[in-house]
Amino acid sequence: MQRVVCADEPTAAVASTGRAFHALAERELPRLYRLARRLVGDEAEDAVQDALLKGYRAYASLDDEVAAPAWLTAILVNCCRDRGRAKGRRVEETELEDADEFSLYRKIAAEDPFPYSDSLHLDFLHQFGREDVRAVLAELPELYRLPLVLCYCEGYHVKEIAYLLEVPLGTMLARLHRGRKLFERTLWDYAERHGLLKESARR
Amino acid sequence: MITCAEAVRQLWEYLDGVVEETDREAIEEHLSFCRRCCGELDFAEELRHFLARPDEPGLPDDVKARLLATLTELAGPA
Repeated sequence: MQRVVCADEPTAAVASTGRAFHALAERELPRLYRLARRLVGDEAEDAVQDALLKGYRAYASLDDEVAAPAWLTAILVNCCRDRGRAKGRRVEETELEDADEFSLYRKIAAEDPFPYSDSLHLDFLHQFGREDVRAVLAELPELYRLPLVLCYCEGYHVKEIAYLLEVPLGTMLARLHRGRKLFERTLWDYAERHGLLKESARR
Repeated sequence: MITCAEAVRQLWEYLDGVVEETDREAIEEHLSFCRRCCGELDFAEELRHFLARPDEPGLPDDVKARLLATLTELAGPA
């Protein structure tokens, strides 16, 4: 990769901008990588590489150094979203209509997987290890996983998420709602598929 | 008075603090007497904590080395 140097820009200024960006990015790398792991799993390294490239190109036009970490985060979130779009897994509408009606709470109560339990719903959740939760999140389409992770794992407010992902607030609220429903249904399906509902599988 | 279905549909939004004031009051009124919905509310809260749980492992050394190499190539040394 080549550094872009404008002919009329003093080389010293470019070097100084480069140093400042290097220092910023190096400081933020662990946080950015952890976020990318949550958003796009195994593609995290590529997403961070994309963000470094885009960030460096735009860094000279950033005028508020204090806002730099949040600015770089926004770039990373966009790179993660673009990776999802490029992969383009289409979500079947019927699949979502089913999910809209799904209630994990009621499903657990109706199926009663642990008949001797007096805290059925919590026992259901306790079957999932950290790896399982990660796997369930990874099964969701990016369209829904990104808002869910940003909201419930990273603690962003829905307005910030709408801004970061560049969609209207109403759309983001609807997407979060569907995302949660899809997450609930995927938890149940995952538990069934991986034998977490058998009494013998209880940890 | 709202129904259980209406209350349940908005529970997460209620917990996220993004429902309108009038909706919030209606949900709270419903929760004050509906035990079934209180169960749903507790569970929704558990699910929120549950989602916040998966810690990702830190930045592995080899990934860090590659990302720093990219950074140096792009922006020059620190």
